[in-house]
Amino acid sequence: MTTPPKADLVAKARSALQLNLPLTERILHSFLQNEVRKFGFSRVVLNLSGGIDSALSAFLAAGALGPENVLALLLPYRESNPDSLNDGYGVVEELGIPSKVIEITPLVDPYFAEFRDMDVKRRGNVIARTRMIVLYDHTVEFNGLPLGTSNKTELLLGYSTLHGDMASAVNPIGDLYKAQVRQLSRHLGVPEPIMAKPPSADLWPGQSDENELGFTYEDVDHVLYLLVDERYSPGELVAAGFDEEFVGYVTRMVQAMQYKRRPPIIAKLSQRTIERDFRYPRDWGR
Amino acid sequence: MLPERTKNPLQSLRIGLAQINPHLGDVARNIQKHLDAIAQAEAQGVDLLLFPELSLHGYFLEDLVQETACLLDDPRLEPLYAASRQVSLLFGMVEESADRRFYNSAVYAEGGRVHHVHRKVYLATYGMFDEGRYLAAGEHLRAYDTRFGRLGTLICEDFWHPSAVSIVHADGADLILGISSGPGRGVSGESQDLRSAETWHNLNNLYARMFTSYVVYCNRVGYEDGVNFWGGSEVVGPDGAVLVRAPYFEETLVTAEISAGALRRQRSLLPLLRDERLDLTYREFRRIYRERYA
Repeated sequence: MTTPPKADLVAKARSALQLNLPLTERILHSFLQNEVRKFGFSRVVLNLSGGIDSALSAFLAAGALGPENVLALLLPYRESNPDSLNDGYGVVEELGIPSKVIEITPLVDPYFAEFRDMDVKRRGNVIARTRMIVLYDHTVEFNGLPLGTSNKTELLLGYSTLHGDMASAVNPIGDLYKAQVRQLSRHLGVPEPIMAKPPSADLWPGQSDENELGFTYEDVDHVLYLLVDERYSPGELVAAGFDEEFVGYVTRMVQAMQYKRRPPIIAKLSQRTIERDFRYPRDWGR
Repeated sequence: MLPERTKNPLQSLRIGLAQINPHLGDVARNIQKHLDAIAQAEAQGVDLLLFPELSLHGYFLEDLVQETACLLDDPRLEPLYAASRQVSLLFGMVEESADRRFYNSAVYAEGGRVHHVHRKVYLATYGMFDEGRYLAAGEHLRAYDTRFGRLGTLICEDFWHPSAVSIVHADGADLILGISSGPGRGVSGESQDLRSAETWHNLNNLYARMFTSYVVYCNRVGYEDGVNFWGGSEVVGPDGAVLVRAPYFEETLVTAEISAGALRRQRSLLPLLRDERLDLTYREFRRIYRERYA
């Protein structure tokens, strides 16, 4: 049996990634209601970056739990693009959710001053983790769970900060590829400025996801879908006409970033070790 | 020896499907949930009430299997058995056997006692499923006589093996009861329906038509660790008509009338059962068995 040529596989991926939007919306609303409330909470808190992923999470949470039960934190750093704050505001206004703007510069800059030779990556991680601290602190004040905003594409590529923007208790969008995030966002009415702008983590001036990654989300979504969901081998994709270097890179990233998707490794000594043979669902007794 | 069954023809009855959302690993709360549903069903004149797979326990139990399993004579189950004097019951649980094995079981209770137990034969152990790690597999597929006629019970993955359905059908089940904790997945716009739901509806319809029997399917709802269970419980008549279908994702109780007359009419119109060749099937299976295992 031969693998279909690239064009057919791309068409297959594109078609499969097209969401049944009302059904997806319903499952995700119900997901949030169930997985938040069964832990005794009725509210969530999220960091609203001004980008599409956190906007979508906010729209889903407001729809599921009621706008008054979603606290949006807007956490600019002095180098952040001012559009991020404005676009975040757009979501707050559109949904009518409570929000707080907390400038993180006074938290971050004293640390940066201690380590002046930090590269942008280190600085970006510190910013992302500082936002996590503010988020988790506010979950106590607002009595809500921290809401996840990482999509499947970035989780698979590890294109996110461990214990930073990856940190959450419930994540409604973690099984949606970037293309699907876009579809569902449009369906739910995420404001146009967010839909229109190029994706960026905005951790340093002028950052662009697609420039940094070196490929488009559309292309990588197709390859990831075929590798992960359809279980094509990298070799089959290359044989079908996909760029060998690109497929190789994506495959290596997924493998290399596995550590970000799993709890830390524990040295096994006893009969029953957490995660290895002490296995309980997270919803234990709920 | 006669090929036909001579006793206990199907009686008309009102069947209820309790599409519940069990609490994961909390048997006491789930027993109460069952009793609430039974009271509701009784008020609606239900004769036989089904609950989903592992309805007393929840599904993704992992190590909770051993910690929450119940023996069939667990005193906590008494209220359920007592309730079966009014409403016959089929519920799901982790059953601990006397020799300390743990089964994914469907318990049929009637007249105040356990009447039949089906232990899931085909444990789902692939992809998102891990049953074989925690549970022992059942060894029997049997139809059983009840006050409504002869029934057959299968649990979720059992239904994905047509041989299992064939056996309970051949054993005389006029009413095939399937209970499941079916996770919902597949939300591509290529389909109008949830992909897993579409497959189940197709299966139920196919089995009802091919076996000219009632197929009764009770699925659960709710979420466990992010996995949704889609519901959509249904009763399909021997002609493939959907007599009732519960909504997706919502806890509910739906009922339908099972008609002895409808079964008889369909088997008159389409005499597949009359023409079924159990002797031939047996001979050929025996040949295949010998060739493979000799």
